[in-house]
Amino acid sequence: MEITSIAPWVLLLPLCMFVFLGLTSHKFSGQTSAKIGTVAFGIVAILCYYIAGQYFFGSFSVVNENGYEVFNKTGEVYNQMTIFNMEWMKMTENLIIHIGFYLDPISAMMLVVIATVSLMVHIYSYGYMFEHGHFDEGMSRYYAVLSLFSFAMLGLVLATNIFQMYIFWELVGVSSFLLIGYYFFKPAAVSACKKAFIVTRFADMFFLIGILVLSYHAQTFDFDKLNANNAKLVMDAFQITAESKGIAFLGFPLITIATFCIFLGGAGKSAMFPFHIWLPDAMEGPTPSSALIHAATMVVAGVFLVARLFPVYSFAAPEVLNAICYIGAFTALFAAIIAVAQTDIKRVLAFSTISQIAYMMVALGVSRFGNHETELGFTASMMHLFTHAMFKAMLFLCCGCIIHCVESNEMKHMGGLWKYMKKTWICFGIGCLAIAGIPPFSGFFSKGEILTACFENGYKAIYIVMTATAGLTSFYMFRLFFHIFHWQENEEYATMKHKPHDQEWQMTLPLIVFAVLTVFFFLFPGFNNGITATRGEMEMPTNWFIEGISIAVALTGIGIAYVLYFKKNDMPKQIMDKCPELCSFVYDRMKIDEIWYGITRSFIFGVICKSIAWFDHNCIDGFMNFCAWITKHTSYNTKEAQSGNVQQYVWVFIMGVITIVFLAVY
Amino acid sequence: MIPVEFYLVVSTLLFFIGVFGFIARKNLVGVLMSIELILNAVNINFVAFNRYLFPGQLEGYIYSLFVIVVAAAETAVAIAIIMNIYRRKGNETVNSIKELKN
Amino acid sequence: MEIVELLTANNIIFVLLSMVILAGGLLSVLTEKLMHAAFYLFLTLVGIAGLYLHMNYEFLAAAQLSVYAGGILMLFIFAIVLVHRIGENSESVSCKKKGWAAIASFSGAVLVLATLFIYGNFANCPAADAFTESEVNMKLIGTTLLGTGKNQYLLPFEATGILLLACIIGALVIANKEKEEK
Repeated sequence: MEITSIAPWVLLLPLCMFVFLGLTSHKFSGQTSAKIGTVAFGIVAILCYYIAGQYFFGSFSVVNENGYEVFNKTGEVYNQMTIFNMEWMKMTENLIIHIGFYLDPISAMMLVVIATVSLMVHIYSYGYMFEHGHFDEGMSRYYAVLSLFSFAMLGLVLATNIFQMYIFWELVGVSSFLLIGYYFFKPAAVSACKKAFIVTRFADMFFLIGILVLSYHAQTFDFDKLNANNAKLVMDAFQITAESKGIAFLGFPLITIATFCIFLGGAGKSAMFPFHIWLPDAMEGPTPSSALIHAATMVVAGVFLVARLFPVYSFAAPEVLNAICYIGAFTALFAAIIAVAQTDIKRVLAFSTISQIAYMMVALGVSRFGNHETELGFTASMMHLFTHAMFKAMLFLCCGCIIHCVESNEMKHMGGLWKYMKKTWICFGIGCLAIAGIPPFSGFFSKGEILTACFENGYKAIYIVMTATAGLTSFYMFRLFFHIFHWQENEEYATMKHKPHDQEWQMTLPLIVFAVLTVFFFLFPGFNNGITATRGEMEMPTNWFIEGISIAVALTGIGIAYVLYFKKNDMPKQIMDKCPELCSFVYDRMKIDEIWYGITRSFIFGVICKSIAWFDHNCIDGFMNFCAWITKHTSYNTKEAQSGNVQQYVWVFIMGVITIVFLAVY
Repeated sequence: MIPVEFYLVVSTLLFFIGVFGFIARKNLVGVLMSIELILNAVNINFVAFNRYLFPGQLEGYIYSLFVIVVAAAETAVAIAIIMNIYRRKGNETVNSIKELKN
Repeated sequence: MEIVELLTANNIIFVLLSMVILAGGLLSVLTEKLMHAAFYLFLTLVGIAGLYLHMNYEFLAAAQLSVYAGGILMLFIFAIVLVHRIGENSESVSCKKKGWAAIASFSGAVLVLATLFIYGNFANCPAADAFTESEVNMKLIGTTLLGTGKNQYLLPFEATGILLLACIIGALVIANKEKEEK
């Protein structure tokens, strides 16, 4: 198969499925739609695997725009390949927006991630939505939007230029909005989807500003050109030299502003502090879609964005990378602390997602383009992206199974489930071990590399914070685990009509697949030579000192969690009673939402909106009313002329003729 | 012979008498009569110009013949309409036809 | 020009006819009774026919008399008899309306007459025998109306025929009582 001939279908097929399922939602029953959607995405997934496999392990070539033949691999270095690139919108002679298909190691890896998680979620949703939601037509809508999301996410990672990425970025946001608001009859879901959309849109505004500034100066949108030759184009465009930071704006170097704005867009999608507030609320959506969008794929778009423009960041704006790493470290710790106090199981996972994405950001922030030592963070970040996508999706899907049985999200309604749901118990346990960083599960490798990168690049403070966060992570994950599966058995189970049980194969198969991926990650081909920023191959170093500390910290966290939560006891309550204010403060997510609300209410609504509303009401409406008033009165006063009296008309006509003749003759 | 201008004076006066009638009359039949006056004033003009300026030709002559025919047709139709209106409204004044207004 | 020279038979006939025409027209628009108005209109039309005769256009005068004075006026009288309640004086037109009409027609007449007096030449008398030389005989009228050559009018003649037919049908349809409505 020719890559160039199958590549368009990777994007077209999900789009067609979205249109098809969306339009025929009333024709088919929900199950039929689900089957069609799943089969179609299965084909897409096969194409994705094929393309990624060919890229990493095979050999093929495409002809680029200059007429040269580009192979996927030259020696040990993977090449960036533009499979196709068509002109879509022409802004100026140089500034053209293309829609294309771009392959490099990170987009190929993202193809695998998206294909795997999305396919599993398609399968899982069949079981989950079919029993859980009772509406059939809603299910067609769900699968249609799932297809839309897959299309948008694939388009995002395959974008050849930053503007295409922005377009798909917004499409991803829309499909996220639609999926969070899937249960549109629940007020909480409605407000959550609005919140998610508004917060991410607010961040996307910065992204757009950043794109415009960057592309205005660089005169291109293409990643290829922006990143080529150590971001030489950007450096020249912004007149950056070793001594000066180039063009300045308001006292800041313009490149810093542009790249930081672009990062803020990524921070919005990836829920970095202070834009993280939408992600916990986004858990109102169906659990499988949370697993797909808010754990595995969409939320890592920010990380992907920074990774995509990594040479630009690394050469033109290393100070932004520093900022990214500090913001990331703060977010990681902050989210981990909040996760400790949450009682809603999906909220715990949401905060842990925020924390883990922050890990990836930190890893990007501490690394620099260049040699293998400084690039380790980049590699670790991509690796963590991959492993996290797998185990976090699995954790969410397990949560889905549990919620399905217990019909509640609250920890207090659970406990002692291990007897009833053996498979879920094992899978959830594997996920927790992986996220805690216990060998040989996948999380251990990626997290260890991140910590090593922090340590070896000289960010010691950040290393300490991240290690502490790792401890907290293992604590709250096992608190969750023990609370759900051990603690004390809920007496209600015995009296329930349907006892909690492992679900049917559609819901169990994805769990097992992810569990296998998580456990046997180290057997993966290419596991040892990860993705590097320079696209070469790299033997991952293992710093046993750091790994050892990380394992010890993780085990400590598990141990504390075991002591406190394995069997029902009073210790957690006693500890919480000692500082109730702190507990409720953390439980309320440190009041960040309230601060945002305060800013929105008092400043945006109170000052800006009020004055705009006043202006609108009095000036614009006033002007319109004035026009209407004039029209009305004019017509009232001239209405008499339209009397319908022919004789009057003739009179006017005759007088007019007389006047004209008079003027003409005399 | 009389200069052609005298004919024009007569036709002008007749024309504006007709205009006066058209505007001032309340009865539809009266309005129609005023129209006949106007048409006749125009006819006088045609004929006089034909006679004085182009005696060898018949353009104005034929034209006034046609005007007479058209006037006859118009009167017939107009009277039919007036009778219809009268049948519906009970009177035949100009103000009674107001359906198209508003 | 001496005043006696103007008193030729031609001129006297013209002045008399003009006075009949104008007086008839004026009375027909001013009278309040429709039947009287029709009568005055008859006077006007006959006067105009006389004017045509005076210009040696016998056929036109005959047409004027037969079609206008004979046909159209009869239609008017029928309409008045059918529609108007005899004796009822419906012509109570307000003075205001008459005033407006008078303004329009008076100013128009003044304008046209003033133009006429400024640009016209009232002393230009054509030769007295000009009319008799170019007598219009019936044959000429016939060929002009029904010929297809230059300055001949077959097509308008046919069109007028169709127009008349349409008018007959239209008048019948309009005047016909609509039975469905009753």
